[in-house]
Amino acid sequence: MPRDLRRRLVSTVMTSLSALSVLVALVPLGLLLFFVAVQGAAAISLDFFTQTPRPVGEPGGGMGNAIVGTLILCGTAALIAVPIGVLSGMFVVEFPQSPLAPAVRFAADTLNGVPSIVVGIFVYAIAVEPTGGFSAMAGGIALGVMMIPLITRTTEELLRLVPASLREGALALGATRGRAVLTVVLPAALPGIVTGVMLALARVAGETAPLLFTAFGNRFWSTDLTEPIGALTLQVYAYAISPYDDWHRQAWAGALVLLALVLGCSLAARAATRRLERMHR
Amino acid sequence: MRRSRPGRTDGVFRLLTTVPALLVVGLVAAIGVVLCLDARLSIAAFGAGFWTRTDWDPIAGQFGAFPFIWGTLYSSGLALLIAAPVSIGIAVFLTDVCPHRLRAPLVFLTELLAAIPSIVYGLWGIFVLVPAVRLLQEALPPRIRALPLFEGPTVGVSLLAAALVLSVMVIPYISSVTREVLRAVPRHQWEGAYALGATRWEATRVALRYARVGIVGAVMLGFGRAVGETMAVTMVIGNSPQASWSVFAPQYTMAAVIANEFAEAVEDLHLHALVEIGLVLFTTTLMVNVASRALIWQMSRDRRRRLAQCPVAAETP
Repeated sequence: MPRDLRRRLVSTVMTSLSALSVLVALVPLGLLLFFVAVQGAAAISLDFFTQTPRPVGEPGGGMGNAIVGTLILCGTAALIAVPIGVLSGMFVVEFPQSPLAPAVRFAADTLNGVPSIVVGIFVYAIAVEPTGGFSAMAGGIALGVMMIPLITRTTEELLRLVPASLREGALALGATRGRAVLTVVLPAALPGIVTGVMLALARVAGETAPLLFTAFGNRFWSTDLTEPIGALTLQVYAYAISPYDDWHRQAWAGALVLLALVLGCSLAARAATRRLERMHR
Repeated sequence: MRRSRPGRTDGVFRLLTTVPALLVVGLVAAIGVVLCLDARLSIAAFGAGFWTRTDWDPIAGQFGAFPFIWGTLYSSGLALLIAAPVSIGIAVFLTDVCPHRLRAPLVFLTELLAAIPSIVYGLWGIFVLVPAVRLLQEALPPRIRALPLFEGPTVGVSLLAAALVLSVMVIPYISSVTREVLRAVPRHQWEGAYALGATRWEATRVALRYARVGIVGAVMLGFGRAVGETMAVTMVIGNSPQASWSVFAPQYTMAAVIANEFAEAVEDLHLHALVEIGLVLFTTTLMVNVASRALIWQMSRDRRRRLAQCPVAAETP
């Protein structure tokens, strides 16, 4: 075979292989979405949103309490993580010459890579053992710990995107640095930070491992932060590994609702991001 | 002229931001300290032998973590063997080959893989992937099934099922970082190759060689993710603390044993043994992350800010 032809052939083969690898990734994605949609849709009903789990053998029931639980856990997590994340991100941008600034960025990156199960152990030690029991609060702290690095980094990036002229204008008018940042720079970056928070929420709403021994799960309605609380992910897990067909069906329904929640939240955030990008251009 | 003293920049604002910043740094340190403290009984009782002993018997109070380390390294390694080439292929396709109009939707779809919760992967794994692995095992000719790598009864829940789920889960991370790294390859590298008459693949090879350090970093980042992944693996690996070469054997990982036993551990020693496993998980992912970030930074200094985030968040402006 002429050398030239062989080179072109190799090139074509390798290019096709790269296209094939995209397909290799998309096939499982398609299968997964397909199964969750089909199995979930077959099992879902109005009861699923309003009822609590039934004992074995009793058909029906739902995950209403777990859905509420997930929302409470996420809300608690956001209340903890948003102030810490936003302010620490602000620190990194405002005091870059401080030796603490690179340390914060490094810590945020590290925290982002800590396995979620390890966060669970940590929060068990600081919030479950001392208080003597599993609680929604502990679950919220665990999810909050996972959210913090995401928000710190997003805030940092977004504050950097705010044009320097805005800050300089405020400073020229005699504002102190804090005033300039809090009343001029932060509001300019706020829409982006909000979408960043939504992305972080979407990420932690799907977490199971850090809740296993913090929020623990609860089969009944509970909104008490000091009591164990159910979560969609925990309930899906409990049902998925059970030997009962009826519970398996419920698990698929739970997965569908969870996926809708998580993907809906992150898609909305991305759409907002896209609109913001266009505005800035 | 008087120089403005640092005290002039309002102290309240500085304090308001410094405390949370310290908290973030303190959090990482606190995780390390708490894990060390809560693992002390196990560290004192078993020492280095903890990692080489193969018996895990909570009732007899004997704890050896070898099967979990083995399962974690084996499943993550196998997952990377599948995910690394696929991810690099995706990155090459999306940076160089893909028609412009297809690029954004394909980037979106591959990154969607990272947005799916681990528990949903696990559910899908139990009811779709595990039966498929069982069918695959049954379809293999007996001569192959006699090999140590493929031996054992057909149960479905297996190391292979875990590795397959893991590979799908880490693909978006590796491919998105590889894409960033490839994009940081100077334009003249490609152009030079093309100018010398290179085919597309030859030019890509030049770029891949230029970016190899960053790509190694990307793969390591994927390894860090795989090692720490808990739910999906717990649900499909079979949770059997028996180290085996067979990919069809049910095995166990470090994250999975913590997930399964932590809430029910009553003996202090048992609890401490589990925390010690968590401590190793923490240090491993810490080191892998630091090393991979160092490699990626070296590769693309100017793009470092976007790399630190997950693929989904990396799209944020």
